[in-house]
Amino acid sequence: MTVVTTAASITPVRRFDQRMLWLAALLALAILGPLLVSDYHVFQATQIVVYAVAVLGLNLLTGFSGQISLGNGAFFALGSYVAVILLSKAGVPYWITPVAAGAVCFGAGYLFGRSAARLEGLYLALATFALATAFPQILKLELFERWTGGNQGVVLSKPVSPIPDLLGNDQWLYYYCLAVAIALYIVAWNLVRGRTGRALVALRDHPVAAATMGVNVVSYKSTAFGVSAMYTGVAGALGALAAGFISPDSFTILVSIQILVGGVVGGITSIFGTLFGAAFIQLVPDLTKKLSEVAGALGMPALASKLSDAAPAVLYGVLLIVFMMVMPGGIAGLVRSARARLTRTRRNHVKT
Amino acid sequence: MQAFLHQLLSGLANGAIYASVALALVMIFKATHHVNFAQGELAMFSTYVAYTLIEAGVSYWIAFVVTLAFSFATGVAIERLIMRRLQHASALTSVIVFIGLLVAVNGLAGSLFGSSIKQFPSPFPSQAWYGTTYLSPHELGMIVVTLVVLAFVFVFFRYTRLGLAMRAAAENPASSRLVGIRVGWMLALGWGLACVLGAVAGMMAAPILFLEPNMMAGVLLYGLAAALLGGIDNPWGAPIGGFIVGVLENLVGAYLVGSHLKLAFALFIIVAVLVFKPSGLFGRTVVVRV
Amino acid sequence: MSKRSWPVVTPVPKLAALTLISLGLIAGCAKKEDGGAAPTGGGDKSAAKVAPAAPTTPGVTATEIKIGQTMPYSGPASAYGVIGKGDVAYFKMINAKGGIHGRKINLISLDDSYSPPKAVEQTRKLVESDGVAFIFNSLGTANVTAVQQYLNDKKIPQLFVATGAEKWANPSKFPWTMGWQPSYRVEAKIYARYLQKEKPKAKVCVLFQNDDFGKDYLAGLKDILGDGYEKMVIKTASYEVSDPTVDSQLVTLQGAGCDTLITAATPKFAAQTIRKIFDLGWKPFHILSNVSVSIASVLKPAGLDKSVGIVTGAYLKDPNDPNMATDPGMAEYRAWVKEWAPELDPNDNSLLFAYGVSMTMVKVLEQCGDDLSRENIMKQAANLNKFTISIATPGTELTTTANDFHPFSQMQLAKFNGTHYEPFGEVLSAD
Repeated sequence: MTVVTTAASITPVRRFDQRMLWLAALLALAILGPLLVSDYHVFQATQIVVYAVAVLGLNLLTGFSGQISLGNGAFFALGSYVAVILLSKAGVPYWITPVAAGAVCFGAGYLFGRSAARLEGLYLALATFALATAFPQILKLELFERWTGGNQGVVLSKPVSPIPDLLGNDQWLYYYCLAVAIALYIVAWNLVRGRTGRALVALRDHPVAAATMGVNVVSYKSTAFGVSAMYTGVAGALGALAAGFISPDSFTILVSIQILVGGVVGGITSIFGTLFGAAFIQLVPDLTKKLSEVAGALGMPALASKLSDAAPAVLYGVLLIVFMMVMPGGIAGLVRSARARLTRTRRNHVKT
Repeated sequence: MQAFLHQLLSGLANGAIYASVALALVMIFKATHHVNFAQGELAMFSTYVAYTLIEAGVSYWIAFVVTLAFSFATGVAIERLIMRRLQHASALTSVIVFIGLLVAVNGLAGSLFGSSIKQFPSPFPSQAWYGTTYLSPHELGMIVVTLVVLAFVFVFFRYTRLGLAMRAAAENPASSRLVGIRVGWMLALGWGLACVLGAVAGMMAAPILFLEPNMMAGVLLYGLAAALLGGIDNPWGAPIGGFIVGVLENLVGAYLVGSHLKLAFALFIIVAVLVFKPSGLFGRTVVVRV
Repeated sequence: MSKRSWPVVTPVPKLAALTLISLGLIAGCAKKEDGGAAPTGGGDKSAAKVAPAAPTTPGVTATEIKIGQTMPYSGPASAYGVIGKGDVAYFKMINAKGGIHGRKINLISLDDSYSPPKAVEQTRKLVESDGVAFIFNSLGTANVTAVQQYLNDKKIPQLFVATGAEKWANPSKFPWTMGWQPSYRVEAKIYARYLQKEKPKAKVCVLFQNDDFGKDYLAGLKDILGDGYEKMVIKTASYEVSDPTVDSQLVTLQGAGCDTLITAATPKFAAQTIRKIFDLGWKPFHILSNVSVSIASVLKPAGLDKSVGIVTGAYLKDPNDPNMATDPGMAEYRAWVKEWAPELDPNDNSLLFAYGVSMTMVKVLEQCGDDLSRENIMKQAANLNKFTISIATPGTELTTTANDFHPFSQMQLAKFNGTHYEPFGEVLSAD
């Protein structure tokens, strides 16, 4: 696994400025872009932001603290339902709901992490896999039907823009999600570079040594779970607001798998790789549909039909395997090594 | 009382399905120390292969044997082509690869064979000759087959040299190489055998569950619970775990919590076992020195 | 000469650049797809396109009517993707004959993997990006519910949805949504009526899927039986879609001593039920939900001999019925399959369903004449007057009014005799 370097402290000032420049450009695009496209694409962009936060949650847990979780879909669902219940049953304004969802999920994640703290690698994966598989059924329980709406699901009224002349509903929701996401990214960035981050990385790579050095294993592991669940829960809440409807069917094991795919493709130990991962989750199924359309246009209807039926699933699976074999660091890792090679070359040239 | 007995026997029949899946999981674990999440899907795919052969006119037993050979080859191929590259990779990597396999095989099966349910023939007679209707001939046959396979796996690992070599290769690859064991091929053999066991499980379960791409999806979680409960490294513990899970599932569902909490019950078993007795009821507790 | 052993440079700048470029590409593609529909900002932009008095409906031109749907082409319900393929093939046939009043029908059918958030996304794409006139025959109760409010708010017809949930027949709250098939509740009412009349002393058990589909059946039984429900229905058992088998539930039901079993289950579980009750040696009067009526997909895998005696409510003809070989409506249907959907199976009830619902859609569009505003389309959909389709059970007709959004509310009971379903009795109505 590629090790994250907290190398910003040794980066020369010039590069620091350069990095700020790129970040600013990226932010500018994220802020200005949606003003230029249609509502549907704004909606898509909102979903990318939602996935990015969810994948970030997974990266913090699996990439940085080394705890394999296949169950983040359950926290995504929990976050969604908390937001929806507060919104529809308690009349809480929509903009507070992600905060509440995050808090509840933090608690749930912390508790789960605490009970599972003794589990390592494979066994933790098993436990979280079971959690993700069983959670939709728990959601359908008649016990909770009063709040969850049971199988019927709950329809939400979409948040309305307070400045309708400037921003449409979809745009407003996008900017709201973007603001929440930026705040969360800043928190993650600081978390990783600070003491907690170092402790988590130490736990991941050398748990025994870390324990010997005084890192409270159980406490940090549980906190990591809690933080990861919090991020995923907030993403779930935002996702519910964007979609306007949730039901237990929205949260099958596929959600956990999608988040995992996003994390792996983007780079499981990278914070900004999550953006790639999220874009991948959102845009690739459309790509496979286009592929099948091409096959159809080329006069191969049987192939086209089979491609469109199977393609997203098979593509996800194959990509997961290929990435693990060829690019375990994901796209972020690829970029990192490409950049390293470039810089080395540049430096060599400069020397001569 | 009659109803209780009925539920119990029905639970044993279901338990046979979980037990055979658990056996495949145990095989892979003993040979490679991995848990293959994709075992169920590979079993389903093998069953489709058998189905295609039978539909094409091949007799049941020939199709059965050919499918076993196909499954063996597939298992070996997966190990040699994919898992070998990831020998020194972390647990995360192998878990991700297994999930990838699960998703890809499921999608492939749906695309190649369609999603409507298919009938898979049973080699056992359809009328019970023993009077009771509590267990159909197929269910009884399935339980017997599971026990036979269990015995085979147990004897293989305990009393044959090959089994010993496989266990050694998984336990301590470096030392095994030193004594001349070809570790790579032992792992491949392990995968091949596990896929064979999975194919048997699939072909036994299909007449009851009906063949469709998501046939094993529901079973996998119970199979995992069974394997963990019985001890994932124990060839006779895991199947016993399977029978226990099957019976409990039926009884709990019929008398305690109702059928809508069965999956949650499986989840509860898994977490409870992992937290309180990770080696399972019959497994060995391994102490790792640091 | 010291050489760093790992890359010191931060990955951020390159990543940022790549992200920038990709987002830029997305935005660029987005703008291109938008074409001339550049939004002017403010409020709900798409609302401007749906003003009632607008002379042109989006998606409607002099030569084309563009409509959309979401279908589960992948995922757990992908067996029903056949319906979408059938719809597309039917309209291809209509277009080859010149279309409707000179307009060709362009059905855009998108995959939602049976996932409600995906259905929301795809429906929004159809409405906002592809600009369809209305949504036709989308499948899946949760998926249709997910977009129901959205479409009703935008006053876009959501016609002939492919789910039997009762809640689509609610013109006062959702005037733009309408189902097509007899709803599950209507079907259960018909069964209850029959039992009340012919078997008043029956001891009934119900096996039902633990979701709205299954529960609608219980509700329908309660509607008709009223206080007699407790006396007649002595035991019910539910199962989850994630259950591997329903054996335990059936053992429980048999143990309760019923002589009548109503199975409100989807194909896989219906097949398991048929097999299990045969193995149990139990021979109740077995009523099976219309959802699992298919001989090819359910009865054959379960065993035709084991399925003898199964009763269901039918509203479409049975493609496997040898008496239908000479039926002109079915002959036309088979000819259509052969020419326009040769890779699909004519004996598949889902395909017959697609044929029937598309035929109804064509009738509605024909009734619209030249006024293809969304209001008129909805008005005509609610204005079917004893419309008969060639493949429906004789005696059943489609009728809708402004207050009655149940196109089909009649069914004919039929009993399986080993090769096909034999109708018996008269056409029953839920009312």
